[in-house]
Amino acid sequence: MGDYIRYAMKRLGQFVLVVFIGVNLAYVITHATPIDPVEQSISASTSFGNAAPEAIAEMRRSLEELYGLKGSWSEQYLAFWSRVIRGDFGPSMSAFPTPVSSLIARAMPWTIGLLVTSTIITWALGNYLGALAGYHQRSRALKAFGLAAMGLHPVPYYIVALVLLIVFGYVWPILPISGGAAMNMPQGWNWPYVASVLKHSALPALSLILIGLGSWFLGMRSLVSNIITDDHVVYAEIGGVDRRRILRSYVMRNALAPQLTGLAMSLGGIFNGAVITEKVFGYPGVGTLLVDAVYAGDYGLVLGVTTVSIVGVSLGVLIIDLIYPLIDPRVQVD
Amino acid sequence: MGAILKDLLKYNIEFRVGSMLIAIVLVMSALSFVSPYPPSDTFVVAPDAPPSAAHWFGTTSRGQDVFWQLTFAIRNTLAFGVLVAMLSRVLSLSIGLLAGYKGGWIDRILMSVNDTFIVIPLFPILILFYFVLRDSMSTLLLAVIMACLGWAYDARLIRSVAMSLKAREFTQVSIYSGMTTREILVREHLPYVMPIVFSTTMNNMNWSIGLEVTLAVLGFMDINSPTIGGMLYWANQHTAVVAGIWWWIAFPIALVVAAFVGLFLLAVSMNEYIDPRSRLARMGGGAR
Repeated sequence: MGDYIRYAMKRLGQFVLVVFIGVNLAYVITHATPIDPVEQSISASTSFGNAAPEAIAEMRRSLEELYGLKGSWSEQYLAFWSRVIRGDFGPSMSAFPTPVSSLIARAMPWTIGLLVTSTIITWALGNYLGALAGYHQRSRALKAFGLAAMGLHPVPYYIVALVLLIVFGYVWPILPISGGAAMNMPQGWNWPYVASVLKHSALPALSLILIGLGSWFLGMRSLVSNIITDDHVVYAEIGGVDRRRILRSYVMRNALAPQLTGLAMSLGGIFNGAVITEKVFGYPGVGTLLVDAVYAGDYGLVLGVTTVSIVGVSLGVLIIDLIYPLIDPRVQVD
Repeated sequence: MGAILKDLLKYNIEFRVGSMLIAIVLVMSALSFVSPYPPSDTFVVAPDAPPSAAHWFGTTSRGQDVFWQLTFAIRNTLAFGVLVAMLSRVLSLSIGLLAGYKGGWIDRILMSVNDTFIVIPLFPILILFYFVLRDSMSTLLLAVIMACLGWAYDARLIRSVAMSLKAREFTQVSIYSGMTTREILVREHLPYVMPIVFSTTMNNMNWSIGLEVTLAVLGFMDINSPTIGGMLYWANQHTAVVAGIWWWIAFPIALVVAAFVGLFLLAVSMNEYIDPRSRLARMGGGAR
């Protein structure tokens, strides 16, 4: 147990470091700007519609703090951090005066739902099929699947999403291609609404799964084809252990540990893919929020989504790291 | 080098298919030098014409010939990928070799930073860059930014090789013969990691081209210089799919997918060639 605590503390330290560097990166980027962002933002948002003077003053204050234009260098930096820690990015400009934090909170469940479900399906299915393909190397169906995975895996998320959109939007329109649920439907935990959500998430999830499947499949296949020549597997085969049991407990269990590390390492990339996929399918998650915020020139929202995604992804990595010892009890304390 | 190529062509179908796809892509980009139309001129041909003998891939709603436009687009897109790969190789090689060779606290610090860059979601960061820089965001600047963000994964691979090289005898000999750290890394260790550098270069190009296409399609780039993403951006702007101008979307996608799959297959076959176990299995000399 002491080993586990030490391991967990180390992972926690890495998490803090990632968030620290990531947020600093965001700070440095926003200070590299050659234009005066505050004046530009405020004139852009007040040019149409008349906002209350107090609201504009509130926005100017939060923008100045976020951009860190007030006070000395150290004051600017601390004000920026205190806003980040409180999760207070001021009022949104494109949806004035809704706070940025509530816009993100509204979009978050959609992204988390889509991302977690499709990642788990992709990882489990890809690893299972990959293990089968590595174990039964003569199977024609699995070989064909391997070819398909090789052809699909290197294609970027956007292209696959666009092709699915064209196929299911214009050629064979059977699935909804836009939105998170049917319009004008009251939100709630009832079957029609849940069914509509599931139906609307089918295409975004499918494009995430199609792209992701290949890398787990190919990785697992090569891991397994190396493990099956190991002594303990050969011994089990000679000893007449049930072949399904060999695959499950002797082969897959050993190969899963590096694949779980792989999942932690590629979580950022998967998140990038989800952001793009959401935009293509008009899914109401943080990806769509981010892209639309850029189009609208909504500074607080862009910075808010960026920061929240850095924290969110590193939190996901931390969770995977913490359950890692359950899969591989030989916790590495190096 | 010639012998390696011959081996790969003979025993490795991935290498054969991959090099064929890349050859097609390279020929396409070379054709841009003999294009009859300048790349950024619009309305030089009749708009919206379907593929025909005069215009093989049809024409766009902006009055451009898709075939010749595509030659410029793929050239710029490839050049972007090569540039990012070259710049980020410098970073990942120096950091990977140094961390692996030095070990100790230098290694720990470098790898903590390294792991951070692996974890951080880069797409929002890139969007933030675009958001702040706006019109000052040029293709060259984007390449530099992406190189600074995309070195981490490969640095870790190179480090693991460097760690095993450190334990080899020739490293000790070099130390005793008075070579400096820089000399050891560049003259002794660099040749050993070159195969990995080649295969990671292909994957890195795939990564950067994929992001470039995505950013350009969303309009978060200099969309007036012709790239694959830029072409798709304009096609989307003119709602080419709804208007039935499928050739404007289909041909760029087909060509860029050929580039992605080709690069990936080359990387896979390189990796197999580096790993003697799988190479033996393929040549029929393995245990199974």
